[in-house]
Amino acid sequence: MLNNIFRFYYEGFRKMTWGRRLWGIILLKLFIMFAILRLFFFPDLLKRDFDSDEERASHVLEQITNP
Amino acid sequence: MFDSIDMSLVDWSRGQFALTAMFHWIFVPLTLGLSFIVAFMHTIYVRTGDEEWKRITKFWMKLFGINFAIGVATGIILEFEFGTNWSNYSWFVGDIFGAPLAIEGILAFFLESTFIAVMFFGWNKVSKRFHLTASWLTAFGASLSAVWILVANAWMQHPVGTVFNPDTARNEMINFWDVIFSEVAVNKFLHTISSSFLLASIFVIGISAWFLLRKKEVLFAKRSTVIASVFGFITAIATIATGDTSARIVAREQPMKFAAMEALYEGQTHAPLVAIGAMRTDTTNYPNPREEFIFKIEIPNALSYMVFLTPSGFIPGISDLVYGNEEQNFMSYEERIERGAVAIQTLKELKKAKERGDQVSYDALREKFSDPIWIDQYYQHFGFGYYKGRELMELIPNVKLNFYSFHVMVILGGHFLIFTLLVLWLSLKNRWGNHKWLLWVALITMPMPWIASQAGWVLAELGRQPWVVYELMPVITAVTRLKPVAVQLTFWIFLVTFTLLFIAEIRIMLAQIKKGPGGE
Ligand code: HEM
Repeated sequence: MLNNIFRFYYEGFRKMTWGRRLWGIILLKLFIMFAILRLFFFPDLLKRDFDSDEERASHVLEQITNP
Repeated sequence: MFDSIDMSLVDWSRGQFALTAMFHWIFVPLTLGLSFIVAFMHTIYVRTGDEEWKRITKFWMKLFGINFAIGVATGIILEFEFGTNWSNYSWFVGDIFGAPLAIEGILAFFLESTFIAVMFFGWNKVSKRFHLTASWLTAFGASLSAVWILVANAWMQHPVGTVFNPDTARNEMINFWDVIFSEVAVNKFLHTISSSFLLASIFVIGISAWFLLRKKEVLFAKRSTVIASVFGFITAIATIATGDTSARIVAREQPMKFAAMEALYEGQTHAPLVAIGAMRTDTTNYPNPREEFIFKIEIPNALSYMVFLTPSGFIPGISDLVYGNEEQNFMSYEERIERGAVAIQTLKELKKAKERGDQVSYDALREKFSDPIWIDQYYQHFGFGYYKGRELMELIPNVKLNFYSFHVMVILGGHFLIFTLLVLWLSLKNRWGNHKWLLWVALITMPMPWIASQAGWVLAELGRQPWVVYELMPVITAVTRLKPVAVQLTFWIFLVTFTLLFIAEIRIMLAQIKKGPGGE
């Protein structure tokens, strides 16, 4: 069964013609998104800068109660 | 603190979000709609065994695949932005954007990648029935994966089913069904889905018209057109019906958006609907400039009728909402700002009491956040509190943009209805393709649903301004205090990346279209 599924995908990819270019684009796009943008430009700030949810809550409360 | 906020930061952060959301929305509606059209074609092939239907299915499946591949995951960027550029907001919305969105993302990804693989690789490998099931599941899976993000957007427009927890500064879901089945959410889903189906139908009619103009693959083009025009006509009716309901809901839940989209400054009964109009800004009224009509064509009583089903219904104008109207029970923004400021101050004191370990004060303040009367009197106006000492003008959305986006969408909606009906009628009489000029109309119409669809989002999102979460959190509070230059940098990176993706989409699609249904 697993072997069949594997062969199904393997054969599918092997016989692909125009789809190869698309896979290239998908992989390049995912690489740019996750390896470059996410890592260097889009950190989850609250996750990065604070250790616990209490600290995060306290920080956000500070931000939103000081108009 | 917000006095000193750099508005260019807010503008760039909004600009960046709009840019990425709009690019993402180029791909999504076509994916949603084309998947169903492919499933219909595939069904006909399985039922008839006619090889021509197989070619037809394979061709549109190919275009679906290209669009899916280029567009897939572009939406994840929006989630990156929540965490970086809108961190206060993403914390504040808590449950709504948290787990359900992640679960849906993962589920949709596995579902889609499994069934899309079967759809593309399955020809002659799996049974016809299983193959067809995969096509249908791909179509339903695509629409399903749009559910939660639309529910989340609906919640931002009309926050229900949650309570604000002042200890965690998060909104916690208390009733899942209220969130998912709120009238705003259900209607938003239906309007978005039906308009996306319509968009894809017009795409199929347009591409088929190109084949007919070149007198190539005539049978393929005519059959594709029949399917697309049936689907298109039905979904055009659904789009207009759900759009009409949307407008009624907006009138009730977001009267400022409604007043802005009709550029109605003074409220009235027997309010007319502006069918078409053009505006200019009258700046003599500084600091309260107004948009004035240079010309307009109105339908008498229609606006009141549309909302209340009677011409005597009162539609509040922008002035009624900003300055209040006691007779009609609209509290002035000044008053709402005062009440909102009380709610913010209460939250601040609660935080301090907790830090001091003053349990008695803390308990008393905490109590307020679960008292329905206090919530109704104060917390409901929470967001307005941030505008104490600021210009009231900031609480009015961009009237021109709202007006034009609404009217462009509606006028195009009318055009699509007539157009799809005409194509359907001529197709059924086997006369579609006889008139060259009509084929040209089909080609020119092809990009229009994208314009209508984007205009719809412009209206939904800009009409909600200045709120991110309606009347609770404005953009100035939601935004993360980053250096504007950092946001500018990523804005340009996105612009370049997305433009390249878009060019790739167009080029690959054109190459495949030129090859036609016969080519590999
Ligand atoms: C006569 C026709 C139409 C009416 C009365 C109408 C009405 C509306 C209204 C009032 C909204 C704002 C909803 C909100 O802010 O919550 C909206 C949004 C939207 N519209 Fe339309 N619309 C019409 C036609 C169309 C067409 C033809 C398309 C695209 C092909 C379209 C696509 C959208 C989209 C994508 C949105 C944003 C999602 C949403 O908020 O529902 N609409 N429409």
